[in-house]
Amino acid sequence: MADIEKNIIAGLTGLRDWVDARFPLMQNWNEHLAKYYAPKNFNFWYYFGAFALLVFAIQIVTGIWLTMNYKPSAENAFASVEYIMRDVSWGWLIRYMHSTGASAFFIVIYLHMFRALLYGSYKKPRELLWLSGMALYLVIMGEAFFGYLLPWGQMSYWGAQVIISLFGALPIVGDQLSLWIRGDFVVSDVTLNRFFALHVIAFPLLIFGLIGAHILALHKVGSNNPDGVEIKKNKNAEGIPVDGIPFHPYYTVKDIFGVSVFLIFFFAVVFFMPEMNGYFLEHANFVPADPLKTPEHIAPVWYFTPFYSILRAVPSQLGGVIAMGLATNIFLLLPWLDRSPVKSIRYRGWNFRCALIIFVISFLTLGWLGMQAVTPLYTWMARFFSVLYFAFFLGMPFYTAIDNDKIVPDRVQG
Amino acid sequence: MSAFRRLRNKFVLILLMLSSGTVLAAGGADLMRMEVDLSNQAALQRGAKTFVNYCLGCHAAAYMRYNRMGQDLGISDEVLKSNFMFGTDKVGDTMTIAMRDIDSLRFFGVSPPDLSVTARARGADWLYSYFKTFYVDESRPFGVNNLTFKDVGMPHVLWQLQGMQHLVHKADEAGAHHTPTYEDLKLITPGKQTAEEYDQTVRDLVNFMVYLGEPIKLKRGKIGAWVLLYLFLFMIIAYLLKKEYWRDVH
Repeated sequence: MADIEKNIIAGLTGLRDWVDARFPLMQNWNEHLAKYYAPKNFNFWYYFGAFALLVFAIQIVTGIWLTMNYKPSAENAFASVEYIMRDVSWGWLIRYMHSTGASAFFIVIYLHMFRALLYGSYKKPRELLWLSGMALYLVIMGEAFFGYLLPWGQMSYWGAQVIISLFGALPIVGDQLSLWIRGDFVVSDVTLNRFFALHVIAFPLLIFGLIGAHILALHKVGSNNPDGVEIKKNKNAEGIPVDGIPFHPYYTVKDIFGVSVFLIFFFAVVFFMPEMNGYFLEHANFVPADPLKTPEHIAPVWYFTPFYSILRAVPSQLGGVIAMGLATNIFLLLPWLDRSPVKSIRYRGWNFRCALIIFVISFLTLGWLGMQAVTPLYTWMARFFSVLYFAFFLGMPFYTAIDNDKIVPDRVQG
Repeated sequence: MSAFRRLRNKFVLILLMLSSGTVLAAGGADLMRMEVDLSNQAALQRGAKTFVNYCLGCHAAAYMRYNRMGQDLGISDEVLKSNFMFGTDKVGDTMTIAMRDIDSLRFFGVSPPDLSVTARARGADWLYSYFKTFYVDESRPFGVNNLTFKDVGMPHVLWQLQGMQHLVHKADEAGAHHTPTYEDLKLITPGKQTAEEYDQTVRDLVNFMVYLGEPIKLKRGKIGAWVLLYLFLFMIIAYLLKKEYWRDVH
């Protein structure tokens, strides 16, 4: 018995060595998993990167199966989605996983970004890590926008119409640009077809590549942690960070637990409230797209609403478009706006703490306002919170420079 | 007294503004509430019967197959053919109709929309209110109007069952006209059914339309319960495994 076991192990080791002589298998395994040392004090907020990767995998796999049955034409798109919901075996599950996955992607990414704000993960030496993450965020917004047109419901259609026409507000090139994006004078079959191409191949490829760059950048500089202490500064005789533990098996096994909790929430939505009260699947999108009938109330899906609010808050259309563009892209500047030598909120002063609280409240309120029909009161509220939103970034070089930060310890505190 | 009433109305208005988009979708009118119940198969069958008898003449449900409905609601192919299908369709066909859009556009001024997913777009409360708020209005082409869907192009197809309601304007204390509410509707000409029977007919019909909007709704909760049970057990095992590995991290 023992002999057979020995032979099997010897055979597998031989196979591994054969591959390893021709491909950097063990080198990569060690570099990214078994000998990648991560701080031992990761908390709740450090699950969301792994969750984002999981949701990406869910979107790719369910997306492949949806593509097998979906028809990207103005004539058949709406009907093919209902065909998937009714006639394709388990099609409803695949579709709900994909639609829930879209919202889950943004929930997870927003929390992942919030983690970076909490612990200063964008600060030196992680600027490129932050920039690649921001690029991912912007590309995923595009991916979501293209995907939302595909069911060809009223909200798909008019949401796309509104957002594309925003480009028309740009001076000189505006009209030509929006015409170029649509490929037609209105959103039409042509637009649907090209959005399909962008949604199923171009942008997923971009996301895939950017995720690779994001992880490579992370593994080059090493993970930050809730104390904001660089664990690489304290290494033992073998050159291993004293406060680090190998990612595999410690964080793989921890992430498996995290994933099991995440999936409970995810599938609770998929099976029990796939529409999420109209937030994940909007009611009006169950009416087929009708180019002749504008809905009374056009609202983007919840994950775009903070920026939609900022757009509506500015009286001129061009100004609104610029403000919205700035609001989404201003995160890119964070590493250079923040002047504090301290990373983690645990050792930051009250200037930054208050600013972050106000920013979160502004972001959430703008998100809520973006779902409501416009009233004078709401417009003024949107203006007020838009100002606070930008103040968080533009004031940062000042309030972080004079913050009463605390002393950061040398080692992680557990 | 009237100052208090104004204040109260203002308060209600603010509450309405703050509540969810479903209220806004109804154009400001408060909807009648209806509890959706898909567990009663006999009720769903009754709803299906009302649907094929009264709706399917002008509206299609082109994404729904007859035999899918049969399987889900416990109706055999024979009964489907004899009681639920009136054309030359086969049981595997979808619920389409013979009327062409170009004709219905002339008849009604608007082509009756496909009803497959209407319940998902409008919601059960809206449908329930809609079926109960037709009233006589001689200025309209079919002699009826609707409080939930103002100036709707559809005649009151269920009038034989419900009878005919009239809008009885009650001038309020100040003597001014107010926007008609559901309380202003009075049944003047009785129909074949009593008010309670008609209410039940409408509830059955709306329940059926909710099913029609998403047939898997009958089952997905049951499947989901098993999935969550599995994930819950898996979570416990994953937690124990994590704890075991992390024993040596200090």
